[in-house]
Amino acid sequence: MKLEMQQKAILRVVSKFLIPFILLFALYVQWHGDFGPGGGFQAGIIFASAFILYGLIFGVERLRRVVPAWVTRNCLALGVLLYAGVGVASMLMGGNFLDYNALSEDPIHGQHLGILLVELGVGVTVASAMITIFVAFAGQDR
Amino acid sequence: MVLLVFMLVIGGAIVRLRSLFAVVMLSGIFSLLGAAIYVVMDAVDVAFTEAAVGAGVSTVLMLGTLALTTSTEKENSGSGWMAALALVCLTGGVLIYGTLDMPAYGDKSAAVHHHVVPRYLEKSAEEIDLPNVVTSILASYRGYDTLGETFVIFTAAAGVLAIIGRRRRTRRGKKNQAEGSENSDQRSSSEASS
Repeated sequence: MKLEMQQKAILRVVSKFLIPFILLFALYVQWHGDFGPGGGFQAGIIFASAFILYGLIFGVERLRRVVPAWVTRNCLALGVLLYAGVGVASMLMGGNFLDYNALSEDPIHGQHLGILLVELGVGVTVASAMITIFVAFAGQDR
Repeated sequence: MVLLVFMLVIGGAIVRLRSLFAVVMLSGIFSLLGAAIYVVMDAVDVAFTEAAVGAGVSTVLMLGTLALTTSTEKENSGSGWMAALALVCLTGGVLIYGTLDMPAYGDKSAAVHHHVVPRYLEKSAEEIDLPNVVTSILASYRGYDTLGETFVIFTAAAGVLAIIGRRRRTRRGKKNQAEGSENSDQRSSSEASS
């Protein structure tokens, strides 16, 4: 099945064309989540789906050359650490755990900053979790 | 309503079909219809998630699972189908009975709209000042919950890695070893040593 996939010219061309837009849309969802529907979780899924599409069409080996195992493994932990780190930072700056008001002089600005970072953490973890799970499943049959 | 009928038809088809490939595809469509229903109910964020996760990624993962296992359902000639049907009907009946207590959709006097939601909706603009209240609830008011969810996802990926992702972990040590020649004994031994 994998070999057939690699020979499909239309699929390869169209997916190569689509992947940048999927990534761009994921970033839009990530950073625009404050203003419209979306947020870290959805953005992470969409970001990962671009890589999953690449892996489906070009094979998991080539996907692993694009995102090596250590990248996804570290990003998996990095996202959670970023989220929890924002909480710890707000504690160090005199607030409660995950109390974003403490992050900045202006409470509103602190909230914005905190939410942005936290959503980024969610997005990073979700994206790398999805890629990890996909590769774990798809990399088995060889 | 039309969407619900579609979902019912697809659910029936999923039960009847033996080809698991078609079942996976239909469950993706089922999720997409669910997402459409969420849009109709103005829950765009949930719809977004349902479309991305239910219709997108989980379909791909199910296909990956099919590639690992088999793509046709085993013929089940067991005689217990009557009991199974009775059990399913009973469970469904209990679930429907449970929904009878629930307030009507859009009911302003429903309990969920009177706990903390008014506080969030009224104060969110001045405390957090984000146009999307869903984001401010998820990330700020309910920051602990979202942190917990992130940990759940982290744990899920870590669990998958621990169970079926062994080959990748062994590769760290012996990177250029021939791909196919690693047998499971080597994997488990290096697993134990690491």
